[in-house]
Amino acid sequence: MRALNRKLLRDLWRLRGQVLAIAMVVASGVAVLVMSVSAIEALEETAQAYYERYRFADVFAGLKRAPQRLAHRIEAIPGVQAVETRITKLAMLDIPGFDEPVIGQLVSIPERGTPVLNQLALREGRFVAPGRVDEVVLSEPFAEEHGLRPGDHLKAIMNGNKRTLEVVGIALSPEFVYAIAPGALMPDDLRFGVLWIGREALEAAYDLDGAFNDVSLSLLRGAQVETVIERLDQLLDRYGGIGAIARADQVSNWFLMNEIEQLKTAATILPVIFLAVAAFLTNMVLARLIAAERSEIGLFKAFGYGNAWIGWHYVKMVVAMTAVGIVIGWGVGALFGRLNTEIYAEFYRFPFLYYRPGPAAFAIGAVVSLGASLVGTIGAVRQAATLPPAEAMRPPAPPVYERTWLSATWLGRWLDQPTRIILRQISRWPVRSALTSTGIALSVGVMVMANQWTDSINHIIQVYFYEAQRHHMAVGLVEAQSSTAVHEFERMPAVLAVEPMRIVSVDFSKGTRKHRGSLAGMVPVTRFNLIYDVSGQVIQVPPGGLVLGTKLAEKLGVGVGDEVFVEILEGRRPARPVRVVRLFETYIGMPAYIDIRVLEDLLRERPSVEYVNLLIDEAAEKELFAKLKDLPEVSAVMLRRAAVDTFRKTMAETLLIYIGFFSAFAVALGFGVVYNSARIALSERGRELATLRVLGFSRMETSYILLGEVGLLVCAGLPLGCLAGGGLAWMITTAFETELYRIPLVVEASTYGTAVLVALVATVISAALVRRRLDRLDLIAVLKTRE
Amino acid sequence: MTFSSKAQDPVDRPRVTLRAEALTKIYRTGEVEVQALRGVDLELFERELVVLLGASGSGKSTLLNILGGLDVPSSGRVFFDGTDITASEESALTRFRRDHVGFVFQFYNLIPSLTARENVALVTEIAAHPMAPDEALEMVGLGERLDHFPAQLSGGEQQRVAIARAIAKRPNILLCDEPTGALDSATGILVLEALEQVNREIGTTTAVITHNTVIGDMADRVVRLADGRIVQITANPRRRPACELAW
Repeated sequence: MRALNRKLLRDLWRLRGQVLAIAMVVASGVAVLVMSVSAIEALEETAQAYYERYRFADVFAGLKRAPQRLAHRIEAIPGVQAVETRITKLAMLDIPGFDEPVIGQLVSIPERGTPVLNQLALREGRFVAPGRVDEVVLSEPFAEEHGLRPGDHLKAIMNGNKRTLEVVGIALSPEFVYAIAPGALMPDDLRFGVLWIGREALEAAYDLDGAFNDVSLSLLRGAQVETVIERLDQLLDRYGGIGAIARADQVSNWFLMNEIEQLKTAATILPVIFLAVAAFLTNMVLARLIAAERSEIGLFKAFGYGNAWIGWHYVKMVVAMTAVGIVIGWGVGALFGRLNTEIYAEFYRFPFLYYRPGPAAFAIGAVVSLGASLVGTIGAVRQAATLPPAEAMRPPAPPVYERTWLSATWLGRWLDQPTRIILRQISRWPVRSALTSTGIALSVGVMVMANQWTDSINHIIQVYFYEAQRHHMAVGLVEAQSSTAVHEFERMPAVLAVEPMRIVSVDFSKGTRKHRGSLAGMVPVTRFNLIYDVSGQVIQVPPGGLVLGTKLAEKLGVGVGDEVFVEILEGRRPARPVRVVRLFETYIGMPAYIDIRVLEDLLRERPSVEYVNLLIDEAAEKELFAKLKDLPEVSAVMLRRAAVDTFRKTMAETLLIYIGFFSAFAVALGFGVVYNSARIALSERGRELATLRVLGFSRMETSYILLGEVGLLVCAGLPLGCLAGGGLAWMITTAFETELYRIPLVVEASTYGTAVLVALVATVISAALVRRRLDRLDLIAVLKTRE
Repeated sequence: MTFSSKAQDPVDRPRVTLRAEALTKIYRTGEVEVQALRGVDLELFERELVVLLGASGSGKSTLLNILGGLDVPSSGRVFFDGTDITASEESALTRFRRDHVGFVFQFYNLIPSLTARENVALVTEIAAHPMAPDEALEMVGLGERLDHFPAQLSGGEQQRVAIARAIAKRPNILLCDEPTGALDSATGILVLEALEQVNREIGTTTAVITHNTVIGDMADRVVRLADGRIVQITANPRRRPACELAW
């Protein structure tokens, strides 16, 4: 090994503290990128593979009842590859030991062979046996929540009859990655589950012999989905079809894709910010580090080495330092990426997991980090190398300081000399000081941005679940009931007040813009289920027309006064233009409201209800639950409390974990900045500080000069960081807008506080580390030599 | 532990400020041992100016560092006003330096971000009975350059600021390690004049390390070191004024 390479290795060893601190900064940037990108790739790939392997359908349609022979006509639609007809029903379940009503989505499966589409991944036990009407396969998350295993029993009210079913198998399905009860916002595996039952058993239970009420299709490659849906809707029209939907609109898939989209946004924006910050810091730190090597560079030149050679020597040094960080970043990133993917896979219940990170993230991370390091290094080396060797070998002439306006003020006269040193140092190197403060600010900013998610989510919960929903529970009915049902509910135990609601599936369109969603019919003066603008204003539905969420209005490209074409996908399928009378802002979903009387008018129906919102006495809820469990017309029971729990849980399991990783990296980043700043300042000013020690300053007092400067810069960085955090949070909440959510920009004081506190702790720790070195300053050595 | 300078002393003898007894110092760097001091006994008296002469490696700097509380001997003891400082804690040594010792370095070691006056104030702010920074700078002939930063001063001027900084606390001992080593002779003499004046006017015990034998002429006593031992102590019958020196 050449002597210089040996020197290089020894220098790296000598500077190991700093090498590690720089590596940490580099590693955080690279790791965040690798983690995010690889996790998203894996998630998408796994979802795709899951869909393919278990033959997830392309088109779904529900209807009232159609004869089985219609399947052949559906098959004949051009572009259709395979058809699977099924019976699907909602049923109230009674699970031993669980008071609250539970809703089951019953789905038929063939007793012999496997379904053509939407196949099940059997996790435990077996499929139902031919001829056994009481056997059921449960969805895994639901079974797990209730601790149900093959051999256990549960009861279901099917078509008014209470039946005991035996669990024979546990399975997963691509159709229910997200198992969401009709009308619910989030999956709640405790209160909603999927039950697969033999086709014959369901035909018998619901008097649907030789008939079906649900159909799924897969399409040939290149088939036009819209055309197929149009043809299918025509075919199903007379059988009570409620409008076919493409895979993209299928609830589970729509949620999954929305989530992946969200994570993708996070996985693009956050790492970019992070990598940029890390690159910036690496650049800054290395530039100072190399500047401190000035006399050595002079020495090399005196020996006759050329500038290019010297440059190459330091490039090697910096590349080695950065490489340590890159390798750590790769490792940690891949590890966390896998961990992250596993968490997702568990959350989404994928039966298998593909984690095969592509090279792109690794390469981008490495190139950006190396680039930033090299730019910083080359600038500094060039500066040192342009000096004549003799001058470079001498220590730099004392920098020229200036008295500032501050010295002349009363405050200036009052300052002691150590404080004056700190202030002059900062004003003498304004750019460097600003960079240090900026570094701190960015790491605080990233932390604020990461933690504000919790604030935003709490805010959504507060507004959506508490301010806008005053009722404790909502009950969905199997079919629209006459409005006397309201009085029946009023008479039930624990019920304090009832408010009816009607929700219908609707195609909204304006010109070429379309949205398939739902329209809620509201009583004229709502008391519980408020239409609540995010500004806090409660909106009453005017009798005349539609009240739309702004997101939906945006999608349709309409404003107040415009007409929207509304096609109701139920009953007689009425269709007509309705004027938009009001817009409002929501955080969740794309709601549309209309006066319930106008809706009934449209449907040409007598006053009817399909949902009732209940205000209850929660102390007596058990009685109510027991009563509801026995009501055959109840198809869904949604508890606000449970909804909030599942909302939080869902958020905690996906986004917040991801965000948690970010906070950790932000801490590493903050620590890296402070430690490096203090450590480099120490090597630049060791002599000055040792002199002070000789002059009789205590360790504490000399530390004050060095760490006071860092502390002051940190203090300057903190408010900047809070500002930057606010800005980043704004950026990311804006980018996160999906059809499902708008994340409000809410940053609580405690979030700023936590970020500031963490930055301060990181500062104290790195200060303590540097302080240890400061205590070991060699007082004698600095007296004789000039560095 | 505190160090008091008010201890009673015999009437007819000059008071001993600093006394070293059987000092040895061994530096260990890896497997190599360097014996820098091999048993040094020395007394420094109140008001006297001593010049320590010796070649490189003779141990004079090591001795100065130990006397100034910057280093601890491997064996032997140092007494300041009768108190053993070699047994002191780090913090007590810091107090000792802060209150009783002034240092002048070969390379001035001024704080570049502070003006001349502020460099002096740096020390007076923490000392027990300091003089005003202006007064100290006046004494070394820099009354006109109070608000200049080190970068705006010549080498000799910087060294005189360093001297002002060292004496402003009214130290009991002034230790100077090659104070003229980085200066040309004319400037060096200006610096020595400043030292001489301080020694005369405030009576600080002054020890000057040098390898320039000429400087020995301005001392009360010249102590020669070689190979870690004191080989000769000569008392000058008459101190030559610094302005008469030349090299």
